[in-house]
This record gives sequence, structure tokens and C-alpha cells, in this order.
Amino acid sequence: MTTPGTNLDAVPRLGKGVKTSYDRTRDSHVVLFPEGVLVLNETAAAVVELCDGHRSVTGIAAKLAEDFDGVRPEDVADLVTRLAERKVVETDG
Amino acid sequence: MAEAPFGLLAELTHRCPLRCGYCSNPVELVRRSAELDTAEWCAVFDQARELGVLQYHLSGGEPLARKDLPELVSHAAGLGGYVNLVTSGLGLTAERLADLHGRGVDHVQLSVQDADPATANRIAGVRAFTHKEEAARLIRQAGLPLTVNVVLHRVNLDHVADIIALAERMGADRLELANTQYYGWALRNRAALLPTREQLRRADEAVARARETTRMEIVYVIADYHEAHPKPCMHGWGARQLTVAPNGDVLPCPAAGVIEGLGVENVRDRSLAGIWHDSGAFNAFRGFDWMREPCRSCVRREIDFGGCRCQAFQLTGDAANTDPVCSLSPHHGEVDLILSREARPEPVALTMRQVTTGGPRNTSRVTR
Ligand SMILES: C[S@@+](CC[C@H](N)C(=O)[O-])C[C@H]1O[C@@H](n2cnc3c(N)ncnc32)[C@H](O)[C@@H]1O
Ligand code: SF4
Ligand code: SF4
Repeated sequence: MTTPGTNLDAVPRLGKGVKTSYDRTRDSHVVLFPEGVLVLNETAAAVVELCDGHRSVTGIAAKLAEDFDGVRPEDVADLVTRLAERKVVETDG
Repeated sequence: MAEAPFGLLAELTHRCPLRCGYCSNPVELVRRSAELDTAEWCAVFDQARELGVLQYHLSGGEPLARKDLPELVSHAAGLGGYVNLVTSGLGLTAERLADLHGRGVDHVQLSVQDADPATANRIAGVRAFTHKEEAARLIRQAGLPLTVNVVLHRVNLDHVADIIALAERMGADRLELANTQYYGWALRNRAALLPTREQLRRADEAVARARETTRMEIVYVIADYHEAHPKPCMHGWGARQLTVAPNGDVLPCPAAGVIEGLGVENVRDRSLAGIWHDSGAFNAFRGFDWMREPCRSCVRREIDFGGCRCQAFQLTGDAANTDPVCSLSPHHGEVDLILSREARPEPVALTMRQVTTGGPRNTSRVTR
């Protein structure tokens, strides 16, 4: 089963039963969910934090652009797609 | 040094009100008197967090049979871990669930035997079915994420479509359809549980059909005896997860106690970190150096890690052999023979799980 790509207007939110946390052992942000753990790099952690069910992918990219250089909405959409495949985030439509 | 583990499977007790004939718990169950006490489990959780564990799977046996479960949940949650309660649902009441939820349970995995009540009760050895429906209702009412787990075998495989419908009615977010893995009581009952190829084919179709319409995530775990390649057991030995048995034995997987001469160590004698990083048991099959042919030079070795060590031991007598379910294994003929003898359509009576009067092995198996 392949998940279709994420629309730039899509509004991602954390999936049910998904928790974010900071792991001191690994010095990384992590996402915890029933079937596993995802260790996030800095950008991914920033994106996940903004998946609040209010901002769109474009909105997330705009917000990130305040802190990071060269953020493209397409890259955010790709990351959201990958997170959606792991059921870490959900988007409607 | 080995990478840190992500998950701890804490088998809090082997006690259980059910008697499932497919149970993967060892045939010699740990007795209550040999179980770790509350303080010992809390220390295990602390050590696990220190080592890198982020997920606490509280299982058993039946974790609800432990009176101190609320304290254990609080402790694991207090460490920042993700707390997964793996339960049969028997003994769950609205009050208990509210308490456990408040203390930090993040997710519940509820096992169900079948969609047909009479068959479900026959597989469980007790009248469990109505409790399951009630447990699911409570879990959903509490707003907790719910995974329904159904172990599949000859007796219920033909009901997969109904099982999927039941999980939907129960309000499951995820459904795990896990073909039986042959350890413990399941191995003993293999001749009653092995399905036919035809059953598996029809179940595959039913799952594929359901996936087109369901809102649930369906995870389907293959029947490895019937496959050409083994399952990627534990994602490699001593790689991601560790199991602590009710008596404190620390195992790379829940079944590893069957491997003779493994040198299983116990948290009562050594720290979890010491066992994870430096014990013979955890280092025995880490990485790829232990492999023999055909695994050693196989392109799939990083996909399936040569399969399951326990299965290799149980079916070939040597845990370092290629998992014999692999079609490339020189012992694969053994699996074909088992399938031709045992994977038959006619029903065979199940031996229900029970406390066997075993020898002193129940206390501890540390090699000193
Ligand atoms: C051993 S049980 C202990 C927890 C609880 N008593 C229960 O049954 O949910 C842990 C999980 O393993 C599953 N399980 C039991 N025996 C199995 C087997 N032989 N193969 C695969 N899964 C099995 C159960 O359905 C359950 O989800
Ligand atoms: S699988 Fe069945 S018998 Fe085994 S521990 Fe779970 S409920 Fe009890
Ligand atoms: S030979 Fe070994 S590595 Fe290759 S597929 Fe079989 S079990 Fe896997």
C-alpha cells in the first residue's frame, strides 16, 4: 500500500496514541507510538512540533523559514508523507 | 558497544485466568513466589530507562493479575516512557481502567480469540468472549487508543472477515492479525494449530478486501512455516528490545529461554546494562559474525537476520543454524515434513495452558 503524497493545503496533526518526548540518552527528540519509536533530527522535530491540527503544510514551512534557511513547502510535504506512512501524523484529504 | 534498546517487554507475571492453547508463554510457567516484587520491577524500569528504553510493554501472563500494576504504571510513566498495556481484558473494570489511564497508560492492546463466541471460549479454555467486548467498550469510553490482537491458526483463520468486523465494532484503531508463532504452548499444540495453505490464501484475500474499506490500520503477521523466507525476528538479536521474565530473567526475546546453554542472566544478579551490553546471551547472535552458510553470504541477511534463533534451536537443535523455515536452509525439508504431517484441515484437540509441575528450573537459570 502506498500513501499518496501530501497536499500543500493539508493540515497534519499527531496520530492517536502518539507522544513526543525528548530522550536524554540519545540527545534527540523522539516520537513514541504503539509499534515503535522514531528518533528525529532537528528539522523533523521542528516539523512534528508544528503538526498541531491548525497549520497547513505551507503554514508549517512559513513558520520554519523564520528559523531555518531554505525550507521548501515540498520538503515539508515529503516529510509529512513519510510520517503519515508510519502513522505518526494524520491528515484529512 | 551495542546500540541502546528502545523497548522493554516486561512479563510481569505468568499468572493468567485464560488458558489459551496458542499461548507463547513457556510450558514451564514461573510461579508467583518467584516473581519480582514491586520494588524490583521499579528498579528494572529505572535501569531500562537509563539504558535507553522508551517503551514499556506491560504484559505477561495477564498483567492485571498483578495487584501492584497501578504503581508499576505510575513508575514507568514517570520515567517518560510510553506505557503499553498488553492484556486479555479479564479483570478490567471501569474503575481500574480509569485509575490506570490517570497514572499514564498510553495505549491498550487487547487480545481476542475469535469472532464466534463459542469458538473463542473454546480456544481460551474459559468463557472470555463477553469480557472482551466489555473491555473494548471501556477502553474506547476512556478515549485510549486500542489495538486488538488476534492470534490466527487453523481454528479461527476461516473467520478472518468476521474478526475484522468485530474489531471494527469494538472501535479498534489498529488490528493485529498475527499468525501463531510456535513457541511454548503453541509449539506443543502445533498439530492442532497449523493451518492449510488454502486457509491462508483465503485469509489473505479477506484481509486485502477489508483493507480497501476499513478505517483501521491492519497489521498482518505472516505464517512463517509456509513462507519462503523467515520473519525478521526481533529486528536482529539484542538489537531493539529486551524481555524481562516474571522471575527477572533477561532475554533477547520472550522465547529465548528454550535455547539450551544460552547462559540467561537475571536482574537479581547483574544490572540490565551489564546484561544488555556484555552478557554471553545477548552477544551470542548479535550482528552477522555468528552466521553460517547459507545466511553468511546471503543478500537477505540484513532483511531477515537469518530468521529466528529459537526456531532454529527448536527444529534443528542448534540455534546458530539458518532458521529452517527458510527455503535455502539445509534443514528446510524438516519444515516441509511437519507441514505435510500436521497442516491438515481436520480438527485436533488443543492441550490447554496449565501450570505444570516442573522442576527447579522455574526459579532461575543463571549460569554462574
Ligand atoms: C502472551 S500474551 C500476554 C498478554 C495477555 N495475556 C494477552 O493475551 O493479551 C502477549 C501477546 O502475545 C500474543 N500471543 C500469544 N501467543 C502467541 C503466539 N503463539 N504467537 C503470536 N502471538 C501470540 C497475545 O495475543 C498477546 O497479544
Ligand atoms: S495468550 Fe492467553 S493464556 Fe497466554 S497469557 Fe495471554 S490470555 Fe493468558
Ligand atoms: S539464507 Fe539466511 S539470510 Fe538468506 S533468506 Fe534464508 S534465513 Fe534469510
